[in-house]
Amino acid sequence: MTNVAEAAPVSSKTKPPARSSLRGLLAQTEIDLRLFGMLLALAVILLTFNILSGGKFFQPTNMVTLAVQATGVAIIATGMVLVIVSRNIDLSVGSLVGLIAMTYALLMTDILPHALGMPADFPFRWVIALGIGVGLGALVGALQGFIIAYIGVPSFIVTLGGLLSIRGVVWYLSGGAAVSGLDPNFQLIGGGAQGSIGGTLTWILGAVGCLAIVALLISGRRQRRRYGFSVRPIWAEVLLGVIGCLAALGVAAFANANLWPQGLAIRIAAEQNLGPTPAGGWQIPTGVPFPLILLLGVTLVMSWMATRRRFGRYVYAYGGNPDAAELAGINTRWTILKTYVLMGVLCALAAAIASARLNGATLDVGQSYELYVIAAAVVGGTSFAGGIGTIPGAVLGAFVMQSLAYGLSFMGVNSPGQNVVAGVVLILAVGLDTFNRRRGS
Amino acid sequence: MTVAQRTPLVEMRNVDVAFGGVDAVRHASLDLYAGEVVGLVGGNGAGKSTLMRVLSGAHPADSGEILIDGQPAAIRNPRDAKALNIETIYQTLALADNIDAPGNLFLGRERTTRVGSLDDSSMESETRKVMGRLNPNFTRFRMPVKSLSGGQRQAVAIARAVYFNARILIMDEPTAALGPAETTQVRNLVRQLKDDGIGIFLISHDIHDVFDLSERISVMYHGRIVDTVNKADVTPDDVLGMIILGKKPGEVSEKELAQLELRG
Repeated sequence: MTNVAEAAPVSSKTKPPARSSLRGLLAQTEIDLRLFGMLLALAVILLTFNILSGGKFFQPTNMVTLAVQATGVAIIATGMVLVIVSRNIDLSVGSLVGLIAMTYALLMTDILPHALGMPADFPFRWVIALGIGVGLGALVGALQGFIIAYIGVPSFIVTLGGLLSIRGVVWYLSGGAAVSGLDPNFQLIGGGAQGSIGGTLTWILGAVGCLAIVALLISGRRQRRRYGFSVRPIWAEVLLGVIGCLAALGVAAFANANLWPQGLAIRIAAEQNLGPTPAGGWQIPTGVPFPLILLLGVTLVMSWMATRRRFGRYVYAYGGNPDAAELAGINTRWTILKTYVLMGVLCALAAAIASARLNGATLDVGQSYELYVIAAAVVGGTSFAGGIGTIPGAVLGAFVMQSLAYGLSFMGVNSPGQNVVAGVVLILAVGLDTFNRRRGS
Repeated sequence: MTVAQRTPLVEMRNVDVAFGGVDAVRHASLDLYAGEVVGLVGGNGAGKSTLMRVLSGAHPADSGEILIDGQPAAIRNPRDAKALNIETIYQTLALADNIDAPGNLFLGRERTTRVGSLDDSSMESETRKVMGRLNPNFTRFRMPVKSLSGGQRQAVAIARAVYFNARILIMDEPTAALGPAETTQVRNLVRQLKDDGIGIFLISHDIHDVFDLSERISVMYHGRIVDTVNKADVTPDDVLGMIILGKKPGEVSEKELAQLELRG
């Protein structure tokens, strides 16, 4: 094709950024500077708490617990990015998490065994419960999305109504009581020593992640070569590959440094006839907990949808200019409705983690989630003006907020104190971002 | 073969559009033949853009008929219009500012890979080709269009309209944001597209643009079509008179003409 050949000189005319400065070097790697900055901020926060606590903060148990606690908010935040990018908001996520968590609890303690004749040993009962929860989330999301997109009631109002009324429904469902006693398999969704993938799989996962990063870099480079576009300098490709691999394997090593609690290990070893306890106790790595695997999966799928699918492209286009999206022939209402269905599904996953960790549900599961989720998305760079925000950013935002909360409580700061810090950090993060954008433009 | 013997590419008959109680377009009828440019002129609020928005599917008509190639066509939304190969360059450009040039060019008509994912490389490659013709110096293919200059943004909007084999092109003030060199480029493009057999509606309030490029000129006044005239039969002053007074040249009284002279 001659036209491609014609296009090639055009691209070669673009000068690579100057190599002299650190900023220039970073630009050549095409790393997202915002994301890079957030990673740095997260590292600084964690390091600070580690120093303040005299090195105790970095114990694997703490890190794993912190990460697991962040998963619920992080999972929903990936969807909140798309909702806010398309100039809407969802205030109902906390109540919806509460509703679905209560549904899981009632399903497994009452409805499944008694009404549907599925006793505790019924195969894949936890999958059935999870499926019903996801369906319920999608349905509530679709209803809210329909009212917002097709009837045109502002999303703030619709989901504020959802926040109030759905929480009320939770009370009616359980008659005001807490419900406990979930399926043992379902409980594994919440993590813990048994709810983790184990040492070997963790290493395999780290290796797969490493290979995936290298494969992505190579295929991306090949793709750009094929069309004659400019490519990153080779040193930058190698650097990205090495850093990516180190990160994947580092996380795996860290997760495997977290060991089974001695008491539990001894009990399980006795059950499975693994022989006498070795000298120095059992040293069984837990590996990555299931909720983190779930978050990893959700982040990958949501990023893929946001950047590689038409749906994501339409969400961002609508956020950037609703009229342009409409005039381009995009079915904008259907697109908006889908963002809320997605939110419902994500709430169902977060509710599974929350109820599994509790082994049941109380009336206030998911309380205030909407605020943490919105904070995570916004700290992660999502703009209320619409059209701007990334899914990895929101996940990092959730980890930043959770690290602060966990670190402060580790240092003995009480919950009101944590809230003060969280609020100030939220304003600071967005203020800094606004300042940077203004200077940049 | 004279223009009148052929089937018009577009025929709009007795189109009415009202906003609230205000009649934006009243009984407007227009036609357009392949390979011709019809200039649509009129003062602010005369209804030019609204009438064209009906054709591009951005706003439904309250009543009236649209025929494409002599066949009645139902244009309810922009998708319907695009399916009929009607492309529009809006005055506002209608670009998503946060998305790059290839993303905007293919917006709503993305190329996908076999598994249905966006094929960004192929879209970027196509964009490089079409932009190479419109604006050869353009290199910022991966920047959000927000960061582009007015002329570059305009080029993206034009590229989007011409890339998808338009048969009917609506250009709403296509040179409003452009400098002299770029304006010349757009004029050359209009001539080239006309030679390719595309029918073009050109909205402009630059009367020289219109006289330079169109075969026929339709003048709108307060939502009505005052008249459609052959360019060869009128002078720019005649057209200005129609724009300002809303009457055909023969209907204007001496008194009104005198007032016009005073104003001019």
